[in-house]
Amino acid sequence: MAGKLLSSRLATLVLLAAIIAVVPLLAPSAFYLRVAAVVWVFALAALGLTILMGYAGQVSLGHAGFLGIGGYAVAIGPAQFGLHPALCLVIGAALAGLLAYLVGRPILKLKGYYLAIATLGFGVILALIFHSESQWTGGPDGMQVARVTLFGWRLSGAVNWYWVTGGALMIGAWIALNIGASPTGRALKALHDSEVAAAGSGIDVSAKKLAAFVIGAVYAAVAGGLLAAMNGLITPDAAGFMHSIELVAMVIIGGLGSVFGAVVGAAFLVVLPQALTFMHDYEQAVLGFLIMAFMIFLPAGIVPTLRKWLLERLS
Amino acid sequence: MSLLRVEGLGISFGGLVAVDNVGFSVEAGQVFSIIGPNGAGKTTLFNLVTGIYKPLRGRVTMGGDDVTGLAPHLLAKRGMSRTFQNLQIFFRMTALENVMVGRHMAERSSLLSDLLGLPAADRQTRATREAAMGLLERVGLSDVANATAGALSYGVLKRLEIARALAASPKVLLLDEPAAGCNAVETEAIDHLIGEIAKSGVAVVLIEHDMKLVMKISDRVLVLAQGRHLAEGPPREVRDNPAVIAAYLGDHGTREADRAHG
Ligand SMILES: Nc1ncnc2c1ncn2[C@@H]1O[C@H](COP(=O)(O)OP(=O)(O)OP(=O)(O)O)[C@@H](O)[C@H]1O
Ligand SMILES: [Mg+2]
Repeated sequence: MAGKLLSSRLATLVLLAAIIAVVPLLAPSAFYLRVAAVVWVFALAALGLTILMGYAGQVSLGHAGFLGIGGYAVAIGPAQFGLHPALCLVIGAALAGLLAYLVGRPILKLKGYYLAIATLGFGVILALIFHSESQWTGGPDGMQVARVTLFGWRLSGAVNWYWVTGGALMIGAWIALNIGASPTGRALKALHDSEVAAAGSGIDVSAKKLAAFVIGAVYAAVAGGLLAAMNGLITPDAAGFMHSIELVAMVIIGGLGSVFGAVVGAAFLVVLPQALTFMHDYEQAVLGFLIMAFMIFLPAGIVPTLRKWLLERLS
Repeated sequence: MSLLRVEGLGISFGGLVAVDNVGFSVEAGQVFSIIGPNGAGKTTLFNLVTGIYKPLRGRVTMGGDDVTGLAPHLLAKRGMSRTFQNLQIFFRMTALENVMVGRHMAERSSLLSDLLGLPAADRQTRATREAAMGLLERVGLSDVANATAGALSYGVLKRLEIARALAASPKVLLLDEPAAGCNAVETEAIDHLIGEIAKSGVAVVLIEHDMKLVMKISDRVLVLAQGRHLAEGPPREVRDNPAVIAAYLGDHGTREADRAHG
């Protein structure tokens, strides 16, 4: 009973909704809400990787590239073509999905380290394009993103963005949970463990991997679009290698394959650097040390370890 | 027309001819066994038939259709299922979920309804779960349905693979040493199960080292040695074939076979 509850879709959603609802009541200032909104955005991007890496077991070290596509779509669309930012968010997501579809076909034939390096290369190329096509992207300094108005209402300030990003994360989590519990999710988890047996069961392994890659790219692009619009700025760094690694780290620290884990992992890697700023020069070192410690002591990730511990106590 | 027909199949790895000009055919309801010493090429033959390796020579047909070199998932769609000598289990999933994956081809829900968690997707999952539960019962594993597969014993996983293969409602079922590592009771259960599967009209191809089992349940036996067809016929005939005795069974094997015949 307890186990069923802990692993049910509804429980995860209710818990997530409760957290999103409670944070504003506890946050002493708008700054905290801003940090939380950044957590929600990165959690959304990490959820895409949860589907690709956690469910299907396919690594991507270039996922921030898709984040960049979403971000630049929201920046370039309104500035160059006078399009509405919300429409640009959709266009960015579609472009990222299409690119993932085209690139994924050859790339996903690779496995393990080879796939990791190929996706890494892909991310580097995208970051390079954002860097060098300065007539479109503003080059290394990035570009401003116009303020968003929705139905005549100006979307600005930490509070508004908090709810927009929180809502987006809820939708993203809901979809990720649905996939996990569906025939598609079972197929992805199956090929993660044995491609041979999955194919033997009639699963079109390359088509399923591709679907996971495309879905993951769309998640990242939506997150990137929200991040750019919220910050009013997008730079090539957003699409950079370090961000890709951060996304992977979020998924693994939180717990590979766990939807709630992606949120916890994102919180870990967004909040900790903020919390450690008082250490000045040692901030990075301490962060690295903490990441190592968590991986050594909780190799399954924070959420699965906690869940197992809870289940053992309850039964 | 034979449900499965293999003609002149061959493949080499480097200099080694692992399977050389092997042919056989299996009818609905038949148990067709393939035996031979270690390294004879039995598993490689399965891998050729099920599309994991592309044959260098030869043809595979199902119900008259040429399916040579089709991808494994397409062969599965045509009604070919198999189990693996070196277990291929979804270790992170529960036993029940393993069998549910086997139902993949029977599942009718679109990617969209899966994404949005539409009632259709949930209904499908419920129907799949129910069917999978029935199959676990059939192989005697309903009590471990919710255990993680990675925690189950070898003999249990062998049966789990059979349940998963059956979940696909195959016309042709290839079993690679299903009784390996099983105790006498488990072997007996598998023997009984294979008989039932064949009776339901499935063409069963069986690789097995347990001679007692092979002699008892096979309609026909093919003997491979060093990748080549050595003999083929009803179990009794194959057992008494001097070439087979010399090349494979030896004294020990004949004695076992004798015992099987009582
Ligand atoms: N992918 C491969 N690459 C190279 N050699 C291979 C490959 N697969 C099989 N072989 C070789 O082909 C021969 C036949 O192997 P196979 O596994 O088919 O034998 P088997 O009859 O199933 O034996 P066993 O009874 O031990 O399972 C062996 O010599 C094996 O080493
Ligand atoms: Mg073998």
